[in-house]
Amino acid sequence: MESTTIGEEVITIKDLHKSFGSKHVLRGVDLQVCKGENVVVLGRSGTGKSVLIKIISRLLKPDSGTVKVLGREVDKLNDKELQQLRLKIGFSFQNSALYDSMTVGENLEFPLVRNSKHLKRKEINIAVETVLKAVGLSEAIDQMPAELSGGQRKRIGIARTLILRPEIMLYDEPTAGLDPITCIEINNLINLVKEQYNTTSIIITHDLTCAKATGDRVAMLLDGTFVKQGSFEEVFASDDKRIQDFYNYNFTNK
Amino acid sequence: MKLKQPEEYFISRKIDDFFSGLYNATKFILLFFREALKPPYEFKEIVKQCYEVGYRSLALITLTGFVTGFVFTKQSRPSLAQFGATSWLPSLVAIAIIRALAPLVTALIAAGKVGSNIGAELGSMKVTEQIDAMEVSAVNPFKFLVVSRVLATTITLPILMCYTGFVGMLGAFINVNQNEQTSFTAFFQQAFSNITFLDIFSSVVKAIVFGFTIGIVGCYKGFHATQGTEGVGRAANASVVLSMFLIFMEEMLIVQITNNIRG
Repeated sequence: MESTTIGEEVITIKDLHKSFGSKHVLRGVDLQVCKGENVVVLGRSGTGKSVLIKIISRLLKPDSGTVKVLGREVDKLNDKELQQLRLKIGFSFQNSALYDSMTVGENLEFPLVRNSKHLKRKEINIAVETVLKAVGLSEAIDQMPAELSGGQRKRIGIARTLILRPEIMLYDEPTAGLDPITCIEINNLINLVKEQYNTTSIIITHDLTCAKATGDRVAMLLDGTFVKQGSFEEVFASDDKRIQDFYNYNFTNK
Repeated sequence: MKLKQPEEYFISRKIDDFFSGLYNATKFILLFFREALKPPYEFKEIVKQCYEVGYRSLALITLTGFVTGFVFTKQSRPSLAQFGATSWLPSLVAIAIIRALAPLVTALIAAGKVGSNIGAELGSMKVTEQIDAMEVSAVNPFKFLVVSRVLATTITLPILMCYTGFVGMLGAFINVNQNEQTSFTAFFQQAFSNITFLDIFSSVVKAIVFGFTIGIVGCYKGFHATQGTEGVGRAANASVVLSMFLIFMEEMLIVQITNNIRG
């Protein structure tokens, strides 16, 4: 297993294990993500890709192993320290997880109002307008989540994380369930976020087009461990039959 | 808050599940008190939830309260008439409504309307990762969702109970007025002549306890919903069933305590 390290490490994962009952999902995962890097975690459904980023944001606790984010061991933080760390992590959920009972504008200001109590109404409005403009959906501010398309929901989900100006972005299947053109738009948005907000990202996907378009580095998760890391071309030049099968099925069965 | 699940069963699955459920529920209640007392407070959300609880139950409570008072009076009259004691009707109805019917009817309706709604709403938020989304954006979902809803039901139920009592008494008055042509003032003077402070106090305490129960059960079931939309339905259903069961248990306990105090 190779690993590329350029500059300061933002996320460091060592020998991570996680089981659910008798199902051993992660079996000794190691990963380093450097500042400004977009790392794509590829793998089949149910291989623990989403579990990995949920452990990074401590939505789940690992059975063993260590996860360091911005130099802090996530599992050892108290509530206040965890809250401070979470302000620096943006998490874009697979189904966007927009709050159904709130308008788009209320969805966006929700984390901001609760985490920056000193902000005035005018400043909040400006912040909301700025992130909406960044994701190209300024006109959606008064709409309810149920009125949005899948692609729009994804964009608003990303905008909601950007409003806190995170240093790290975690994307869980950003292109799942979208048409090819919307997928390209989301891929472009991920790259735009990296440029405009200087984020470091982990992108969980099984979509090779997304991996190729957004990833500086690709890490292939198979059977609970990373079997190959490197550029997209390096990973898929591998002789490993499982990686070849993944590549072939992704393009031939689409 | 994550649920603690036994990985190996000590006695049997059902018994172990019961005790781990009891442990988790106790932890959930203790967490509620910790978060409720700790600032910052979500005043705006509490007021919004109070309005929701009141607004959702008001129409049904008005109808049920009125019918309860009217029918109870109508059904009691023949028995009292046998002993020539129809003049006792206002007192009898007032005791029945204030001591038992108003808190119980209000709580059962709120359990059905509000409890199920809380269970379904939070369950749906749980399975669609909206609660996780709050957590990762450094917002405390327990404080925002659970504390506000439990406080809202606890505050609103006594107010609704007073309203049910009033509407119930109005229903009783209309029936009495139809048969005995008793005036409004005379009816209420007679009705409240046998009502003590303890009667009203115990009913308010009951309503507070019932309100807390409805809120905490709905939130607990919703917050721990699993397995997609099916889990949401189950959470809503379990919220109503468990709330009603606990309300009856609490009613029996509080009545026992009140009767002991009354002597």
